[in-house]
Amino acid sequence: MNVTNRVRENMDEITQLRLRKAIQNGLPLTEQPYLTLARELDLTEAQVMQTINDWQDDGLIKRFGLVVKHHNLGYKANAMVVWDIPADKVDEVGELLSLCGAVTLCYQRPRRLPEWSYNLFSMIHGQDRDTVLQQLADIVKENGLNGFKRDVLFSYKLFKQCGGQYVQPSCTERLENGQSFKEQSL
Amino acid sequence: MNAITRENMSELDKKLINLLQDGFPLTPRPFETVAQELLQGGLEVTEAEVMQRIQALLDDGILSRFGPMYQAERMGGGLTLAAMKVTEEDYDRVTQQVNKFPQVAHNYRREHELNMWFVLATESPEEIEDCIDDMELATGYHVFNMPKEEEFYVGLRFAL
Repeated sequence: MNVTNRVRENMDEITQLRLRKAIQNGLPLTEQPYLTLARELDLTEAQVMQTINDWQDDGLIKRFGLVVKHHNLGYKANAMVVWDIPADKVDEVGELLSLCGAVTLCYQRPRRLPEWSYNLFSMIHGQDRDTVLQQLADIVKENGLNGFKRDVLFSYKLFKQCGGQYVQPSCTERLENGQSFKEQSL
Repeated sequence: MNAITRENMSELDKKLINLLQDGFPLTPRPFETVAQELLQGGLEVTEAEVMQRIQALLDDGILSRFGPMYQAERMGGGLTLAAMKVTEEDYDRVTQQVNKFPQVAHNYRREHELNMWFVLATESPEEIEDCIDDMELATGYHVFNMPKEEEFYVGLRFAL
């Protein structure tokens, strides 16, 4: 039985949606958070734990843990480093980049010619621009990536910051509630 | 009390952040499990202290939350990265128009000919195209849509 069917057997769709909503802003900070959730939702603790576990296996939950506000951690420089990589090399280079400690995200995306010729996007967060550029220079050197065209797009202003939730409320409400931030989508 | 920064952060806080960015235990008493794991690493800490530190890191804005990060596409939603090439004189106006869309998750100005970059998160995949059409109509600018084709998994995100 695959994971999706297993989840359905454990919990019906509406109950799953309620649990998804209940934890999207975070787990309760109680000694037994899964029991707290179970009581709120009229479920058993085992059901809550099993379902969250299955969602992780299934890929519905990408990460489960602390979500860091990198800017407040002193990572003030945020660079989108983009690469023009031939189709037959893009998987290999993407894997290499994803293994570099300084790279926090790595995605393949379509080119939009003629304005945009880059197909591999990576993010590097650092304390300042010089640090980020040095990290990039190291990555290029260590992985032999000098032959590929690349560009570095630093951000210099964040105009809107929220996201990461797909079940209500709207982005504006989230902003007003002081909610955060979905860096992984960039 | 002074705000927590990367510079003055305690060893415990750093270890907690490094340990829990990529996973939180699915045990009946997860904070107790975390305390045990830290103890094995030589750091003596109680369940109550772990909870108290996580609350403090949340209160201080070091953490935005603690819980799941959902895969947008798997939630039935649409997600894309979009960019625009906006002139200096129009930049403020277009920023305001773009940010009025509730689907815009965040919007960065970046140094490139394509100088406005934002994420669109919609309730359904089909809604992305509609949203982009509306945005082009409202701003008079072309929106470059660059959806993810493949994700290369990156493990721990912000090591301290």
